[in-house]
Amino acid sequence: MMKRRLLLAGVAAGAFAVPFAGMLTSAVAQEVVKIGLIATLTGPQASSGRQKVAGARLFMAQNGDTIAGKKIELIIKDDTGVADQTRRIAQELIVNDKVAFLAGFSLTPLALAVAPVITQAKVPAIIMTAGTSVITERSPYFVRASFTLPQQTIPITEWAAKNGIKTAVSLVSDYGPGIDAQDAFKMGLEARGGKVVEQIKAPLANPEFAAFLQRAKDLKPDALFLFVPAPTAGSLMRQVVDRGISQAGIKVIGTGDITDDDQLNGMGDAVIGLTTSHFYSAAHDSPMNKKFVADFKAANNNLRPNFIGVSGYDGMHLMYEALKKTNGNTDGTALVEAMKGMKLESPRGTFSIDPATRDIVQDVYIRKVERKDGELYNIEFDVVKDVKDPTHK
Amino acid sequence: MSAVTSENLRPIGTPSEQLVAAARWRWFEFLFWGIAILCGLSMFAPMLGFNVPIIPSKMMLMSEILILGLLALSIDLCLGYAGLVTLGQGAFFGIGAYTAGLLAKHGAGVAPLSDPILGLLAAGLVAGFVGFATSFLVLRGSDLTRLMVTLGVALIVEELVNKLKDITGGSDGLQGVMSSPILGIWEFDLFGKTAFWYTLIVVFICFWFCRRLVNSSYGYSLRAIKGNALRARAIGVPVNARLIQVYTLAAAIAGIAGGLLAQTTQFASPDMVAFHRSADSLLMVIFGGAGYLYGGLIGSVVFRIMQDFLSNITPQYWLFWVGVVLVLLVLFVRNGIIGLLSAAVSRSKGAGK
Amino acid sequence: MLTILFDGIAYGMLLFVLSVGLCVTLGLMNFINLAHGAFAMAGGYLTVVMMNWYGISFYWCLPAAFIVSAVLGVVLERTLYSRLYDKTHLDQVLFSIGLIFIATAAVDYVMGASQQIINLPAELNGRFEFLGASIGVYRLFVIIICGLLTVLLQYVIGRTRFGSRLRASVDDRRVARGLGIDVTGIFALTFAVGSGLAGLGGALGASILSMDPTFPLKYMIYFLIVISVGGTTTITGPFFASILLGIADVAGKYFVPSIGGFIIYSIMVLVLIFKPEGLFTRSTRR
Repeated sequence: MMKRRLLLAGVAAGAFAVPFAGMLTSAVAQEVVKIGLIATLTGPQASSGRQKVAGARLFMAQNGDTIAGKKIELIIKDDTGVADQTRRIAQELIVNDKVAFLAGFSLTPLALAVAPVITQAKVPAIIMTAGTSVITERSPYFVRASFTLPQQTIPITEWAAKNGIKTAVSLVSDYGPGIDAQDAFKMGLEARGGKVVEQIKAPLANPEFAAFLQRAKDLKPDALFLFVPAPTAGSLMRQVVDRGISQAGIKVIGTGDITDDDQLNGMGDAVIGLTTSHFYSAAHDSPMNKKFVADFKAANNNLRPNFIGVSGYDGMHLMYEALKKTNGNTDGTALVEAMKGMKLESPRGTFSIDPATRDIVQDVYIRKVERKDGELYNIEFDVVKDVKDPTHK
Repeated sequence: MSAVTSENLRPIGTPSEQLVAAARWRWFEFLFWGIAILCGLSMFAPMLGFNVPIIPSKMMLMSEILILGLLALSIDLCLGYAGLVTLGQGAFFGIGAYTAGLLAKHGAGVAPLSDPILGLLAAGLVAGFVGFATSFLVLRGSDLTRLMVTLGVALIVEELVNKLKDITGGSDGLQGVMSSPILGIWEFDLFGKTAFWYTLIVVFICFWFCRRLVNSSYGYSLRAIKGNALRARAIGVPVNARLIQVYTLAAAIAGIAGGLLAQTTQFASPDMVAFHRSADSLLMVIFGGAGYLYGGLIGSVVFRIMQDFLSNITPQYWLFWVGVVLVLLVLFVRNGIIGLLSAAVSRSKGAGK
Repeated sequence: MLTILFDGIAYGMLLFVLSVGLCVTLGLMNFINLAHGAFAMAGGYLTVVMMNWYGISFYWCLPAAFIVSAVLGVVLERTLYSRLYDKTHLDQVLFSIGLIFIATAAVDYVMGASQQIINLPAELNGRFEFLGASIGVYRLFVIIICGLLTVLLQYVIGRTRFGSRLRASVDDRRVARGLGIDVTGIFALTFAVGSGLAGLGGALGASILSMDPTFPLKYMIYFLIVISVGGTTTITGPFFASILLGIADVAGKYFVPSIGGFIIYSIMVLVLIFKPEGLFTRSTRR
């Protein structure tokens, strides 16, 4: 009788003691700079986490792991796409592992959740995906290596206005970046004399777009603007094709998320001719990108890099350069200062960090889906140079 | 899930003696809470100059475990004692989180309003009120019906949180939550030390209350309902009233747990209301063993540490191994982790004879 | 308007084929198999692999998805599930969630986390006008197949010898066994057909719903809604429930997109408040 209690207690005791086991080994070796990469590796956003990790690892493989005499160590954690996990992991990485940088953040809420932590701890955090403008305003330690939705959206409105699109309907996922995209689209198009007839928001976790697409189709606009997070782009585009939107004379446009390189090739010939605006295409014509794509594929079972992969790569690049500039000094404020105004060569082209907002400034391309070497690619045919996020003050 | 083992173990005596004996604190319970306190005390070791390798590096994880344990406890109260299946506890957890979060955000600086303890009370009250309002939905129907009704309520609350952008911040979550020092004295720190002590004390108080409750005649009337609602009604237990009360109480406790999470992490997001929150916590209760009060606590301790451990080894595929553990546990054990322990003990006793 | 109705029916039909297997295991065998969606995922991914890797025709994928999922079902039923018939529902929930985790991680490992897309044969793409409604050919195809299956199922359970044996085994396992009915075999076969149907549903849905490793968890809620609204004592109950939910979901999103997400949940809660045993339930026998 007592034994059972004893065992019960024993396990309870053991269970509570386990967290300590890991602490025995936490003696920090000298001359190591740790980078905590918080990616979403399980759940619906998992594919974005994979791209990011692969991009970051590729940069380290190409450029070695020593900067200013210090060894770089990448710690990868899975936050399952849940904000309070991201925050806890960030806190643990800062307190236990004493990381010099945090990086990652698949979704806007995940990035926002760590804002107070990094501000308090003065640790820079590199945003490798999350695309809502407001994030960088929430902490002076955020630096963005990816993109913002308004930055990607405004160029397509320019293109649309030039190509005779007067009326449009927007269909976006109902969350931060989606709202940003639809607002930027409306602002951009209406500033150029067009009109957004209706703004439809679909729930983020939405298996069926049929009804929303039918509604958009029945409104008979000149164009339908789409934005969903890249991992759900495949099923959306499948249904856009199935619904015969283009055949009804409605031009389908969007940000590059909907023709995500990761899935584009599976979407079939029906998406050929689709016009989008985005900062990265795997088909971008530069020697650096050719090498990037080839190395990425070789290291990742022939997976094609997408804009998240390149953001992971460039995020690492930023951190490397910052450390170089501070000569290995890992003071957070110094690192952020070092990154401000930095201009780097990337597979996407050249990008820089706006010293005022710590947000990214980059070229945005207008692309069309075409078949090239037997595969579907976004082929860039126009470019808007050095686009800043238009919503930052 | 009948034949609760602790009852079989009770020493023989008159019924009232048995009840008193059952309610007595056992030494293993002291051990459980003692270890929790030791975990907290370990943070002072370096200050006193001891060269203890135990550094308070997992404070945040331990606070989170305690909070999830409290949520699981509220489910255990419904499931393990009143036999009320619920898959919607996340709704109350989230409501509590947003209540405490909003109070901390807008009450910041206004001395009594911003106090975390007041925030927790408010979280409990609001969640309890919503629990009461929706408790009428769970009175009828089979387990599946209850499961789905509670789930439906949680999903609707989740949609509401997403839609009421002006109040809740929508899918970006509630930003700018600034937790004031507790009672104006203890400030929340980056290491999560204050958060841990605060959480531990609140969770213990809630646990103590529940423990008193289930060992009272009231608690036994709940068990009677779980055993057989018709018979319970026949011997004069007001079944519906009891179910409403226990559901409301569980909602309030879940709300307090949510409030704790919002205060210690300084934000609230729709994740806190989401389906997986309800499902995970139900999972922890079953994992630990329903109907012991400790089931949810031990379940969340073991489950979260297992998850943390596995996802550090294989951040991409840890889910696989968690799945394997769940399947093996069900195949070879009854009543979760606690069942595993009792089985092991019976075997060792058998061998000793 | 008719277009919406049509889309709703197609969506509902698909939901029905996906969830009918769960209805059978839950209602007839009293087993909560939350991992049901994993069989649908198996069928969906099989289709993806056969079409995209080996270029096999879509039409061959459908029976293949049924057979492979059914075989998978029978193997798991014999090795694992059959040990759990006597366990509590809570144990069954824990067990099947464990299976979902395993399936999700395994698919992720083999196929990657990205969404998988298939391209239907040309003749199934496209749309035509009928009575003012714009009809998608593929959705029509889905409706026809699912409709035929429903009739067949109803016939098998209600009219054949196998059906009556199945119903007898469910009503009282011991007596049925005493009468010489091979209860174990019948359960195994039923489980196989249920899993097979899920697999077929997964194959049919691969192009409409998104196939990614989180499929079983994502759609679990929908399956459960169908079953709780439809009741588990008949096949027709979940059938009408699926159609109703399909139409309500599509119509709701079309006419009031801003609250589209609420509709399906609200309907479920309302139905369960007034009819706790489901909309289409025969008076309970047990």
